[in-house]
Amino acid sequence: MKKLILTIAVIGIFTTLSLSQNRTLPSVEVKTLDGGNINIQEIENNGNPIVISFWFMQCKPCLKELNAIAEVYEEWQDETGVKLVAISIDNARSSNKVKPFVNANDWDYEVYLDPNKDFSRAMGISTVPHTFLLNGKNEIVWQHKGYVDGDEDELLEQIEKIVK
Amino acid sequence: MKKIVFLLIVSGVSILGFSQEVNTGEIHGNFDLNLQSYQEDLQIGAEAADEVILNNAYLNINYTKGNFAAGVRYESYLNALADYDPEFKGNGILYRYATYSIDGLEITAGNYYEQLGSGLIFRSYEEKSLGIDNAMDGVRLKYSPLKGMRLKTFIGKSRTHFTYADGIFRGVDGEVNVNDLFSCKTKTKAIIGGSFVSRYQERENLIFKIPQNISAYAGRLNIIRKGLSYNGEYAYKINDPSNVLSASKMNYASGNAFTQSISFSKKGFAVIAEMHRTDNMTFKSDRDKDGKAYLINYIPTLSKPHTYSLLALYPCATQTDGEFGMQFDVFYKVKKGSLLGGKYGTNFNFNYSRINGLNNGSSFLNDDTEQAPMLISVKGEELYFQDINLEISKKINKQVRANFVIANQTYNKDFLEGHVPGDYGVLSSTILVADVSYKIKKGHTVRVELQTLKSNQLENYSEHGGIYENGMEEPAEGDWSMALIEYTISPHWFLTVQDMYNWGNENTAKQLHYINLNAGFNKGANRFSIGYGKKREGIFCVGGICKFVPSSNGFSLNISSSF
Repeated sequence: MKKLILTIAVIGIFTTLSLSQNRTLPSVEVKTLDGGNINIQEIENNGNPIVISFWFMQCKPCLKELNAIAEVYEEWQDETGVKLVAISIDNARSSNKVKPFVNANDWDYEVYLDPNKDFSRAMGISTVPHTFLLNGKNEIVWQHKGYVDGDEDELLEQIEKIVK
Repeated sequence: MKKIVFLLIVSGVSILGFSQEVNTGEIHGNFDLNLQSYQEDLQIGAEAADEVILNNAYLNINYTKGNFAAGVRYESYLNALADYDPEFKGNGILYRYATYSIDGLEITAGNYYEQLGSGLIFRSYEEKSLGIDNAMDGVRLKYSPLKGMRLKTFIGKSRTHFTYADGIFRGVDGEVNVNDLFSCKTKTKAIIGGSFVSRYQERENLIFKIPQNISAYAGRLNIIRKGLSYNGEYAYKINDPSNVLSASKMNYASGNAFTQSISFSKKGFAVIAEMHRTDNMTFKSDRDKDGKAYLINYIPTLSKPHTYSLLALYPCATQTDGEFGMQFDVFYKVKKGSLLGGKYGTNFNFNYSRINGLNNGSSFLNDDTEQAPMLISVKGEELYFQDINLEISKKINKQVRANFVIANQTYNKDFLEGHVPGDYGVLSSTILVADVSYKIKKGHTVRVELQTLKSNQLENYSEHGGIYENGMEEPAEGDWSMALIEYTISPHWFLTVQDMYNWGNENTAKQLHYINLNAGFNKGANRFSIGYGKKREGIFCVGGICKFVPSSNGFSLNISSSF
């Protein structure tokens, strides 16, 4: 019984904590494509929305999503000022290939590596693609698991909601 | 006890009161449930489970506030899915940690995942789909004293299923970004790193004085100049004989591994060449135990990890005991408006990989094995695996997208699956894949996938007549075809029907259909999917680490949620 009360009290406190504010990015380091490091909290887009998309090179739906957005990215940027940050969870070995792969696909995204999955774990990722939308204050306002053709339209609607 | 409860409630209420002004931290996490029923199907060799339903579930909870984070993972295996090691059994909090960082120093106590360099000597990670979780339990420090210099050190034991292996690991790693450290703004960037790991395990051998402390070290170099990039790492491990009483069964050779890759890329084009060589480089968390749960280093295969099912029917697993591998990739995006590119451009990816054994085999018993040439040996060595493939993807118009793959794979079935040489010999298969999706209207897409695999037994087969030692004839699996139709309604629904058909099996009773139905619903952070069907027994791989999946027949339910 005492254990139960204790559990309820702890859960109560924690829910209070988490519900009382908007979700922000954790303080975790990711790698840049030229071998440097950056804390993910430092990403910014001059008060415009940011899309964070988790992916890896052999994930077909991830590539579909990133390629579909690449086709309309310029339009999206002009209309909403949005920036896409692609987080590769390829392991330390295959992450060597991410930079050439991104170049060859001609993606204009900001790409970071998360080979030890520290950022991915902190965000509660279990399957990819997993996409988050951040408002101008870097607060997470929306998320989506998986990708099927046309999902980018829903993402754009969510981005437009923020910009309005 | 009552006092504690009271205190907690009071503090909870007081936090509630302040929550408008003070940052009280955040709680997030995720939940996954994988449930599967197992019915008997004698034709495909699927066994029924005594429990009828097996289930794996995980709940992660992370608390973060500023530079502090703590979390737990609750895991439930009641009982574990058939493709998991049965030692995953029961419930418990099997992962908990606390970490904080201040002025460039990060301290973690409890469980953590870590890898040094590319993982040649040490990698602790989780890959739930493979049933791997060798999380460390101990303490870890990371420190960045200067810009461009990063140090880390750790001590701990490695998880195996529900407990921890005997070995105690001590590790240290340093990395220097030369340009950042000396603030030189040259076009060429260099990053140099080195790591050292040592495993302590008590000696119990009555006859031999086997080493108690096994050390391994590695050095790495990364050079980047514009679109050019080089990565190289060399690793060495001292001898680590197992605890046996017979000298002839004891391998007291040292191990080494070498990996390097070079790439060049510019807008729309990339070329990558990679090689690796590994000799007696299996590093375990317990010298006397076998199985993937005890592996503590990571050497992934150098072949392309395919996702189309027939391309992945015969996958390659890394032979850390000894192999030489090489791989080449070319990516090319033909521009819009050109003859080949059409209105939307066309993507090409050519990939070639070849994995073979070392000449004179891997080092065993001692270091005297003559392995010349040392680094590159491809002629006359036993071929393990080879894959030549070309993938073309193209958007044809606003409605239609298409993806085509043609591949030829050579698969040394005897060696890679541990059969007696001559049982199956070497398979050579040619595979064709066409994957076309058509957008019917906004949000509605239908996708069709057609695949076929034509297979040949290359050698040894006729010679031995496919006769097993017990006299049973083992017919070849032969040719396969596969068809899939998927209907998706963005952003919530998907429905997939697929059939894999082994029409070329030499045993006509085994010319079977493996039909699978899957449907799912997806909304925001939640994903639900159900499936029903038969799965072929086979090898399932992620990055060269493989597990054997038994054939199964039944329902499955997956729920994935994050908050």
